[in-house]
Amino acid sequence: MEIVYVYTKKRSEFGRQCNFSDRPAELHVDILPDPSLAANFTVRDPCNVTMQCAEEMSEHEVNTERFESESRGINHVEGGWPKDLNPEDMEATIRYRKKVEKDEHYQNTIMQIAGLMEHCSKQNNATDIYQDFFDDEVEEEVVEESEEEPSAKTINVFRDPNEVKRTATSLSWHPDGNHKLAVAYSSLEFQKAPNDMSFDSYIWDIENHNKPEMTLKPVCPLVCLEYNPKDSHILVGGSYNGQIAYWDTRKGSQPVEMSTIEHSHRDPVYKVIWLQSKTGMDIFSASTDGQVLWWDIRKLSEPTERLVLDPSKKWNLDNALGAISLEFETTMPTKFMVGTEQGLVVSCNRKAKTPAEKIVCTYSGHHGPIYALQRNPFFPKNFLTVADWTARIWSEDIKESSIMWTKYHMAHLLDGCWSPVRPSVFFTVKMDGTLDVWDILFKQNDPTLSLKVCDEALYSIRVQDNGRYLGCGSQLGTTTLLEISSGLCTLQKNEKALVSEMFERETKREKILESRHREMRLKERSRSEQSREDEAKDADGEESTEELVARAETEFFHMLEAEKTKERNEEKERDMEKGVCEEKDFQEEHETNGVVASFTRGEISL
Amino acid sequence: MCDYQKCKHWGGNQDYTSTRNKRKTHLCCDMAEVEDTLKRIQGYNGVIGSIVVNAEGIPIRTTLDNSTTVQYVGLLHQLTMKARSTIRDIDPQNDLTFLRIRSKKHEIMVAPDKEFLMIVIQSPTE
Repeated sequence: MEIVYVYTKKRSEFGRQCNFSDRPAELHVDILPDPSLAANFTVRDPCNVTMQCAEEMSEHEVNTERFESESRGINHVEGGWPKDLNPEDMEATIRYRKKVEKDEHYQNTIMQIAGLMEHCSKQNNATDIYQDFFDDEVEEEVVEESEEEPSAKTINVFRDPNEVKRTATSLSWHPDGNHKLAVAYSSLEFQKAPNDMSFDSYIWDIENHNKPEMTLKPVCPLVCLEYNPKDSHILVGGSYNGQIAYWDTRKGSQPVEMSTIEHSHRDPVYKVIWLQSKTGMDIFSASTDGQVLWWDIRKLSEPTERLVLDPSKKWNLDNALGAISLEFETTMPTKFMVGTEQGLVVSCNRKAKTPAEKIVCTYSGHHGPIYALQRNPFFPKNFLTVADWTARIWSEDIKESSIMWTKYHMAHLLDGCWSPVRPSVFFTVKMDGTLDVWDILFKQNDPTLSLKVCDEALYSIRVQDNGRYLGCGSQLGTTTLLEISSGLCTLQKNEKALVSEMFERETKREKILESRHREMRLKERSRSEQSREDEAKDADGEESTEELVARAETEFFHMLEAEKTKERNEEKERDMEKGVCEEKDFQEEHETNGVVASFTRGEISL
Repeated sequence: MCDYQKCKHWGGNQDYTSTRNKRKTHLCCDMAEVEDTLKRIQGYNGVIGSIVVNAEGIPIRTTLDNSTTVQYVGLLHQLTMKARSTIRDIDPQNDLTFLRIRSKKHEIMVAPDKEFLMIVIQSPTE
């Protein structure tokens, strides 16, 4: 025990001690009971006394830390075999099973529940109680529904998880099931990419917008990304530095293989498409350096084939057009089309015998780079191009102009695609962040539906195979998943026939215009040829050019002389009137000064 | 089927059981009956597969492949337990006799028991 405080007092200050002594008891007061006071009181019976026997409680408030929960599933592989039994051992398991089967209890139970089961099974076979009885009417309802307003609503928004936002330049849907979306992120602005910008691209699961399902870590940001339609684990990406890389989602985030820099493109690879081949491993890629390269995924060290987009067919890289988009239809494996930076669409044949014949023809009509190029899935002869401020529909046969086009918009159109279920519907996205849905059977001048998806520019759009969902990527890396109303994704009756009629009509119109133009040109040419013939007849008596020049000179000087003499005569007359010496000096001066001065003086005096 | 003395298994050292239907039947005939019943159920129109599981989750009898069986067993066992506890929570005197799950593609029927579970997957007649 520690001494906390010491209290001291001197003994002399204590005072005298107490001395106690005994004394007999004394009665001081004796109060006797007064019965009259009892009259003021009555007996109360019963008495109510309240009591409480309860636990004492006190109130507290507690706040726990935020609880984060995640849903996980556990896959239980094998049942609860007894400890001494190895589940892999077939014999042991069979023996165990037989033992259970012999058990009497088992048999009784089985017979009982089998009875129940039989009853239900027979019930199922008797009538299908959940069958759709009014299928026809349901169809009619669908027709009514199609008159509803076309609409689209946002289902989910996937944001770029990094601090520095990059543009979502390309989207690709998972080939089976469509529940995953691969998005490629990069910054397309020249040299504006900040140093700490991440290179990753993500694969998102549609249900979960908080975190991407998988990250792909390339060496350089990816500009385009495509799933292999045959093998859903393989993706190929074209990167900003021109290399091609491919990933296997089973093997992790790093690319399985990358193409060698020497044989790759010299500019960002803007589009990569999988080819239809026996191995399912062929791709081809296009870039603004003017080359289209074919690769086999398994051997990315060098391309299998090369095409230079030189319109003069001389394979001169300096002349080549930069390619921004590619088009390949699996039903026509030998042909493909390239959309260029210069606004031309080049149609090429892969199986041409000589390299010069690879480029079949070009279609011109756009003013700017062709960002999207796609054939109509129902009518492969017609294709859609999206460039500058318009979207145009072309027919393969008419090379001079498109057969249908939209009006010039206020903002650049950056990407577009056809709907895979309806031949008359296509989608475009613009630089002001709007998504337009066009239905050419309904309205040709304006989009059927125009939605503002976000404030920044939308760079890419991709529709799912069922035509119902589409994803669009924006400049700040936000990918929006939209669902469009059923009217826009169900095939209407006669739609194919109507659309094919429309395309044919427009094609015919263009053909007629083309032939008229040709006629007019022929006429012009013949007229100019005729006039040249007439001139040729006169030309026999004409001198050569030098003589012509000499003649012109002499004529000119003659004219000057005539003017001068006329001037001088006039001056002399004036002098005679005025008689001033200065005039004479002036005259001398102006004689020596030359032609120009005399002319000007002549004009002034006149 | 067995009628004990009239059965072909009569004679010799054949074990018998006398509990079922209060009649004596040979054990082997019992087994045969069970086999027949299961085969009959499997043979019904539209039945895709049938599984008999014990309480520990071991599939005693199955007509599907192992991985599918194990998947069905694991999931349906939990669901049956949950369904049973639901019924009993609402009314403790009640008990689950049968569970039917109808989906777009087919119907899963589960007949539960204290120790065993029979699962039959049947697709609608169309």
